[in-house]
Amino acid sequence: MWRDHLTEIIVFTLLFLLVSAMGFVAARWRAPKDMAHLDEWGLGGRSFGGWITWFLVGGDLYTAYTFVAVPALLFGAGAAGFFAVPYTVIIYPLVFLLLVRLWSVSHRHGFVTPADFVRQRFGSPTLALLIAITGIAATMPYIALQLVGIEAVLKTMGVTGESTVARHLPIIIAFAILAAYTYQSGLRAPALIAFVKDTLIYIVILVAVIYLPYKLGGWGEIFDAADAKFDASPSPGDGILLNQNNQLQYITLALGSALALFLYPHSITGVLASKNRDVIKRNMSALPAYSLLLGLIALLGYMAIAANVKPLPGATEGSVDNNTVVPLLFEQQFPSWFAGIAFAAIGIGALVPAAIMSIAAANLFTRNIYKEYLKRDATAAQEANVSKIASLVVKVGAVACIVFLDPQFSIDLQLIGGVIILQTLPAVALGLYTRWFHRGALIAGWAAGMGLGMWMLYQIPNPATKREHFGGSAFALEKFGLDTPKTIYVGLVAVAVNLLVAVIFTLILRAAKVAEGPDGTNRDDYFADEGDPRLVPVPVSTPTPRRASDDVPTEPVA
Amino acid sequence: MSEPESANPGTADPPDPAGTVTAATPTPVAESKAGDRSPWNWLLFVPIVVPLVTAFFNQDSPRLFGFPVFYWLQLAFVLLGVASTTLVYQMTKRRG
Repeated sequence: MWRDHLTEIIVFTLLFLLVSAMGFVAARWRAPKDMAHLDEWGLGGRSFGGWITWFLVGGDLYTAYTFVAVPALLFGAGAAGFFAVPYTVIIYPLVFLLLVRLWSVSHRHGFVTPADFVRQRFGSPTLALLIAITGIAATMPYIALQLVGIEAVLKTMGVTGESTVARHLPIIIAFAILAAYTYQSGLRAPALIAFVKDTLIYIVILVAVIYLPYKLGGWGEIFDAADAKFDASPSPGDGILLNQNNQLQYITLALGSALALFLYPHSITGVLASKNRDVIKRNMSALPAYSLLLGLIALLGYMAIAANVKPLPGATEGSVDNNTVVPLLFEQQFPSWFAGIAFAAIGIGALVPAAIMSIAAANLFTRNIYKEYLKRDATAAQEANVSKIASLVVKVGAVACIVFLDPQFSIDLQLIGGVIILQTLPAVALGLYTRWFHRGALIAGWAAGMGLGMWMLYQIPNPATKREHFGGSAFALEKFGLDTPKTIYVGLVAVAVNLLVAVIFTLILRAAKVAEGPDGTNRDDYFADEGDPRLVPVPVSTPTPRRASDDVPTEPVA
Repeated sequence: MSEPESANPGTADPPDPAGTVTAATPTPVAESKAGDRSPWNWLLFVPIVVPLVTAFFNQDSPRLFGFPVFYWLQLAFVLLGVASTTLVYQMTKRRG
């Protein structure tokens, strides 16, 4: 019953209202004279310094769903779920040089989306359209998943109901408020809210990882309890260490996820909003503070085992919802007011990425579909307007996904999303380095990767939920006719085939002398920095008062 | 207009010996010609490769503060990543 959770609900609601107010006020924060430009609404004026970028990108990449789902994975399967740590370690050195190139070329040409870049680089609106659609399709279920994070918290607080409408009403209200302030303030809203969200998360987790082990008898006890649980379970794949069969999956999933992360349009939005190359490079050293946090959060899954947490029932009869273990752990171990803060951290944590993702998807629609195909001569103000409306549509779509479909469906779509966004790697990431690929070959490679990825995902059953298809991302190599019980991450195989096809078709198309299309960028574009006179100027803005936060170099804080 | 650079999947810019400048003696002209290239960039491969060699640390002992090595070492790799990117940033910074 929700009455038993009154303190938690009050704390949660107060914090939620606080950030909502901040969301609306954000429109005036570092305000431009004219908000009616996509650079202002969709990229915050391209002016964010080290600290803001750290909070914004951190709040964007490490989502509420991550904070709920990764410990749930450790709770359910053990070591295999810890892949999130190597994944978020290798990501920053991996993109260290790539992102500054993307920043430079984007500022030289006024690109807002990765598809803008591809269009200019390869002279192909078709390829850009495919990149844009892939980005939108991968982002939509990701937004829906943020709602799954909020729902896990609401469920734990007993805010639930019999009818579909009653059960989802709090989420619908939360998203309506989110939609309203994102519409008004654009990227400034999540940037400002991210301060509150991350501060809350850091406080909650630091308290949790110091206090809970003390209460549960120490870290050794926690790992031993997890070990005992997995020893007793009949499933062969679990345990506090990896086994012979899932190591390859662990490695390929970490690598594949890392390659995919900065191809997501919302990650790129956060990067393009920073004011210069140094801000990005410094953040590559500072963002891992979140990875450390994520590693500690992941271990909450083992603490839940040691504390004997029993997950709440899932959507279907007889199933359990492992996503509720972290909220339940907090509720069981902490006083209600602190549990309320923890729940608010997760709830608000869902709003920041949801806002950025909807802005990124809206920008893709505006720049690469609306402006390219519907209204060529759209003015800057029209672009900003279309983007604002598209961001609303995207959010309504995400809520509809959760209300009308089984949440499991969003989780499946998100799984597919990771695989399909990887298929943009040759055009976007390699495109930053080389113009060697032929535009037609990139389209062929994309199609091959998508097709293979889908087929592989379709072949994967999930014995736990008794589903035959789309049951996970670990593909059994024996299905390729190999005599081994090992599994591998679908996305990495698909993108490897994608690359192979792209190489072969490039050779063929070049031999056949098919037109390559113009390259609208030149070598110098990739090194331009703040202050370069050839950068596309950000439109009309009042000289914003400089803030101390802009000048402080970002250092890892955790 | 194509750049004769090798395609290196999503990772570090492979330094071209002919195009490199040492971090100690950058000149504005050399910088703009050289772009992002520096031998220091190779260092970025360390934190990319090491965390992926699970065979070396997929074990329980030695434990540290109760953490099996599989867990504490991977958390320590976060610091390895920070150290590498910080060093590369400091050594390749554009000066002046």
